[in-house]
Amino acid sequence: MPEMLVFYTFSAVAILASAFVIGQRNPMYSVLLLVLSFAAVAGLFIQLDAPFLALALMIVYAGAIMVLFLFVVMLLNAPQEDALTWDRAHPLRHPVVTRFGTVLAVFLIVELGYALMRGNDLAQPIGSRASGEVVSSVRELGRVLFTDYIFAFEATSILILVAMVGAVMLARREGEQS
Amino acid sequence: MDLKLAIELGVIGLTFFMLINASALLVLAERKIMGFMQQRYGPYLVGPHGALQPLADILKLLFKEELRPKGADKWLFTLAPILSVTAAFAAFATVPWGAETTLFGLLDTPIKLGVADVNVGLLVIFAITSMGVYGIVLAGWSSNSKYSLFGGLRASAQMISYELSYATSLAAVVLLAGSLSVREIVDSQQGTWLGFLSHWWIFVQPVGFIIYAIAGVAETNRAPFDFPEAEQELVAGYNTEYSSVRFALFPQAEYINMATMSAVASDLYLGGWHGLLPFYTPLDPLIEQYGLGWMVFLAKVSGFLFFYIWMRWTLPRYRYDQLMSFGWKFLLPVSVVNLILTAAGWLYFNA
Repeated sequence: MPEMLVFYTFSAVAILASAFVIGQRNPMYSVLLLVLSFAAVAGLFIQLDAPFLALALMIVYAGAIMVLFLFVVMLLNAPQEDALTWDRAHPLRHPVVTRFGTVLAVFLIVELGYALMRGNDLAQPIGSRASGEVVSSVRELGRVLFTDYIFAFEATSILILVAMVGAVMLARREGEQS
Repeated sequence: MDLKLAIELGVIGLTFFMLINASALLVLAERKIMGFMQQRYGPYLVGPHGALQPLADILKLLFKEELRPKGADKWLFTLAPILSVTAAFAAFATVPWGAETTLFGLLDTPIKLGVADVNVGLLVIFAITSMGVYGIVLAGWSSNSKYSLFGGLRASAQMISYELSYATSLAAVVLLAGSLSVREIVDSQQGTWLGFLSHWWIFVQPVGFIIYAIAGVAETNRAPFDFPEAEQELVAGYNTEYSSVRFALFPQAEYINMATMSAVASDLYLGGWHGLLPFYTPLDPLIEQYGLGWMVFLAKVSGFLFFYIWMRWTLPRYRYDQLMSFGWKFLLPVSVVNLILTAAGWLYFNA
């Protein structure tokens, strides 16, 4: 019973915080609500017996990426969004773009439904699949990452490297020698 | 109530109590050591030799008027100090401070001295200390003041930059000990090498220890890396607009973070409660036998904290661009090379 209560509390916090992220006028509050949402999801991961995932989420997303977001919001000094003026001429409100967005949303819903329907092997956590005893989830995760999913892992790392090089190239001004 | 449960709750309460008092004691220690280093007495009037000075400081701060600038963000201005002090306390949750003990046979099964023992304890410490930066950034932004904003920006840039080398240097120790649980890392340092040298990871990881010490100072925003509050440039940095209790929470968080940093250093590099000195002494078996390890641990933490304060009053402050290039171009590469060499050495000797 207490576990259910904790689960529903975390879920409610995660959903409400995520909803407020887009419902919020002040970008500063949006960033903080997103951090709160991450924290709640981390709580859910801990309940699923995956403390390493929970802490990786906290360290990488809440601890580093969101601080950078905050940094950008502070530096740009973004004004509060003005929702009163409905700008029909905005390029993102072109009919073609909006219809494309609708199609994407439908795809997303179908995909989500499919993922939820076929997810019947999720009853067992990864750590306890091999043997009955509880295995340290970090060790198991590392083993799986470097054996079964090595291709996806390496491909992701190359993708990130390319993105990083691209960002450096974009940030460097023309003719600057350093 | 169950006796064991009561004692475990007592240990948690005691940890909290020790942390609160650590911040007060560190204020006094800092002012006394500063006085000593500058050839004067330091605080002397309140209590014997000025021992009650922290109490006077806190009372003074409590009775001051609590001001909030007109343009400040009402919610975040209040949230920021709460956030930073909460993160500071919470980070100590997985730091163990003593061996398993039965309290001289009072209990049937031994209890662990420390708040919580989770198998990813070190990551919990990382995650929570990286939350601490929000308090400072939000304090800087919500004050709606130029100097505060600069302080907050510097703090976030500095903490992100140094977190990398800090974590990488600790990863080498995790690799050697083969565990992410802080208690298991401490217990892996029991015993001696060649019969006289204590089995501490500092002897295998001297470079890692130095990187950890430097990055730790930068993480806690202490001199010579105290840019978020550089007086000459920023008035008082991120806490310029704060007063009264809200102000008091920031230095408290800073001192508690220092204590956590020192405790983690003693646990991971200096053997925690194993081994009083870097070499074997006849006292070591006695300490293990009578369960006095926590005193050894406390002595090591105090030594590290003294080093912290000593450094503050000895070294001048860096320049901000020097800090950034030092962190990214020197400290991070060195810590990555250290990690790779450690991994290679571990493979070689354990193959």
